[in-house]
Amino acid sequence: MLELKNYRTQVHNDWCPGCGDFGIVNAVQMTLLEMQLEPHRIAVFSGIGCSGKTPHFVNAYGFHTLHGRVLPIATGAKLANPSLTVIAVGGDGDGLGIGAGHFVNTGRRNLDFTYVMHDNGVYGLTKGQASPTLPKGLKTKSMPAPSIVEAVNPIAMAVASGYTFVARSYALDVRHLKQTLRAAIEHRGSAFVDVLQTCPTYNDINTKEWYAGDDLPSKAPRLYKMEETGYNGIVADPNVREEVSSKKGTALLKSFEWGDKIPIGVFFKMEVATFEDQLAQRMPALKEKPFVEHEIYNRDITPLLNELT
Amino acid sequence: MIGGPQGSGINSVAENFAKACVRGGLHVFANIEYHSNIKGEHSYYRLRIESREPRSHVDWVDLLVALDKETMFGDLNKAHPTHRGHRHEVSPGGGIVYDSSFKLSPESFGRDDIKLFPVPYMDLLIDALKEFGKDRELSKYQVMVNTIALGASLGLVDYDFDMAAESIKEGFTGRKAALGDLNVRAARRGYDYAKKTFGEDAFPIRLRKQPLGSKRMMVRGVQSIAIAKLKAGCGFQTYYPITPATDESEYLESHQQDYNLIVVQAEDEISAINMATGAAHAGLRSSTSTSGPGFSLMAEGLGWAGITEAPGPVIILWQRAGPATGLPTRTEQADLRFALHAAHGEFPRIIVAPGDVVECFYDTFDAFNYAERYQVPVIVLADKFMASTFKDVPLFNTDGMKVDRGDLLQESDLAKNPDYRRYRWTDLGISPRAIPGQKGGIFWTTGDEHDEYGHITEAAEIRVKMMNKRMRKIELASQVIPDSKKATLHGPRSAPTTLIGWGSTKGAILDGMEDLKADGIETNFLQIRYVNPFPTTYVQQILSMAKRKVAVENNYSAQMAGLIRERTGIAVDNKVVKFDGRPFSQNEVYEGIKDVLRNGVGEVTVSHA
Repeated sequence: MLELKNYRTQVHNDWCPGCGDFGIVNAVQMTLLEMQLEPHRIAVFSGIGCSGKTPHFVNAYGFHTLHGRVLPIATGAKLANPSLTVIAVGGDGDGLGIGAGHFVNTGRRNLDFTYVMHDNGVYGLTKGQASPTLPKGLKTKSMPAPSIVEAVNPIAMAVASGYTFVARSYALDVRHLKQTLRAAIEHRGSAFVDVLQTCPTYNDINTKEWYAGDDLPSKAPRLYKMEETGYNGIVADPNVREEVSSKKGTALLKSFEWGDKIPIGVFFKMEVATFEDQLAQRMPALKEKPFVEHEIYNRDITPLLNELT
Repeated sequence: MIGGPQGSGINSVAENFAKACVRGGLHVFANIEYHSNIKGEHSYYRLRIESREPRSHVDWVDLLVALDKETMFGDLNKAHPTHRGHRHEVSPGGGIVYDSSFKLSPESFGRDDIKLFPVPYMDLLIDALKEFGKDRELSKYQVMVNTIALGASLGLVDYDFDMAAESIKEGFTGRKAALGDLNVRAARRGYDYAKKTFGEDAFPIRLRKQPLGSKRMMVRGVQSIAIAKLKAGCGFQTYYPITPATDESEYLESHQQDYNLIVVQAEDEISAINMATGAAHAGLRSSTSTSGPGFSLMAEGLGWAGITEAPGPVIILWQRAGPATGLPTRTEQADLRFALHAAHGEFPRIIVAPGDVVECFYDTFDAFNYAERYQVPVIVLADKFMASTFKDVPLFNTDGMKVDRGDLLQESDLAKNPDYRRYRWTDLGISPRAIPGQKGGIFWTTGDEHDEYGHITEAAEIRVKMMNKRMRKIELASQVIPDSKKATLHGPRSAPTTLIGWGSTKGAILDGMEDLKADGIETNFLQIRYVNPFPTTYVQQILSMAKRKVAVENNYSAQMAGLIRERTGIAVDNKVVKFDGRPFSQNEVYEGIKDVLRNGVGEVTVSHA
């Protein structure tokens, strides 16, 4: 029986006190524990920024990559060894700014992995500039002037790009986050989890209190669980095109709900053939075991040479 | 030479002709020039066919086969003309095969020293189609005039028709087999027409079969490298479509089912290199292939592979004329310095520049071994000329080629050592590597500076140690990779003039040297194959004996000459450079060196536009 300590390292954590990242890394570790996944069968990938340090705190194969490039590197490793549980984490700037092209195209591939976005509206490590998810017109603490560009909607982007599991959770609701992460990891296909997160140092707008609705007349929390209001984003039959497009449409519509009420939970889910499945269709050897375990180092090239004679 | 608009099928004509010749014991050196265009622009395929092996092309044409007028007269009638055709390149006594329906008067060629062979392409094609009852579908088959032209040229040089027929048929298998017969008939119509109309002795050059020596194949540079990858156990190839690199990836993808290789078309080259590095870290031999614009995007990822000591990837850099889009379908050797310095910071990398299609095979195979042995990215520098070079060579001999996976740990090794450190300090700088999924091998890796475990550190002392550790690996590679692989001196050691080159200019230099020799000019040729680790001592040794040193490079600034000076302190005396986007020909090497030696020109620029 694996314990929580089996998923933790002793590496000094230098995130700011109260950072939402703590909630995310804790939830990741607790999810892996709950699933009893062996640490050496897991690989955690990250981009650059505060969230980029995540792999160093998780006892699993850890890849701290480049700014915006977490998805290509995770993709390469996963394809080399599809038997690994691959979790990628990255900030909203990492994934939707500098890495936006990779965000879109990774979704199209439907690789079996999980991508967790630390979404706090700011570039924290470079001291609080606006990130792609900061709504237009807002000015956080260290910005010289309010943002004059539209925010990107990560959920809508993910649905449009082809991720087959798209959900949102909240860094400070570890229970919900854990449950969402587990569903994401268990999903066969590309799973995207947008994790709303506070940045206590630089985002003085979307604070813990703001999420709790303290500023609202009703004092009601802004976040609510979609499933509890009857929302169902799960595609029952992916072969029925009408159902797929209607569920995607509903998810897109839902994803634009923002303000006094913010939905969390699963926006969209559909199980279809993964990228690995399709490769295995072409190369049946991949069904037996990943290529990394195959003896491919003594190939006979004679037929290729004869083709050229 | 056969020329025509892109899409007119000059490739199949040239390649079938070449194949037929090689099967008849002749030797062929072929290469293609084309525009960045899908259909319509002028392209041409040069075939040099000889009884002894040619290693380069020349700038004259004995028999020009024209599928359009532009091939002969250029595009001078256009608003922005680019070339004057190939009519003037035909050697005295040479000939031109063209469509008689162009109704060209002999005077319009402006020369009386060449033979003209007008052939009614379309009429002959219609005759061939009639035999198969397809003459009503002429529009569908009209591209086949290329085969008529092929047949006519075979007739003029009086080559064995059956050999050609065999090559033509092979291009059409399965459901398309009937089309093969149709094409053979079309070729025959052209062949017979030429013989009957122009007479048996119309053209002075005859191609005769020679007894076959050992078995030979026709290989393109892209194929040499792709086949080397398969031989080396590459399991993962990424690419983003780019000329001239993509053919290599497409070749691999078309053989993936037989060889179990994943080929991923990435969203850009940033992704391509990073996917490949991810796969390398995960334990699969991996590679990516690109050209200059793509490699520019790869710079960042290259640095990550370097600092994380990834066991690869192997990056094939098919250089083309830059900067930016430059001349996208033309050749150049101008990325030597870029390959050497791409990405910020300092980290070890291995760079090899094969000189011909055979070296492409062996060097690429080694590249995978070195990537894993030294845990570094390896760059293979090739170019568009090499990519499209189509040449007969002996079948690759794979005896003794062994995959060396370097210090790769097994789970049993890891079980003995509970405190595994991916970046453990070692005397040689190489840390034994585990791969994800192995029990006991958990490691962290980061593009930040890191400690032995792969955790981030900013400690000055560790930084110094880690930098030394990484850089030591290239020193080790420098000692282990023999000089015989890193550089070669061709020709007599005592020659008074030493030509210096690297990469795809090898063939033109070797052939050019023979012309020089015939002219009483003795030279030798120092071919640099490893750009990094650089064969400093060897180069120093050779060049300190050389009386005159001339760099021959397919770039503007003679980048290798600069590198030699940097590494050895030795300055070359002269430069012969070419940067018009076209490869050096044999005669250009000859003319360039003669300009230097006989005419005292210090820096020569050659171009045969």
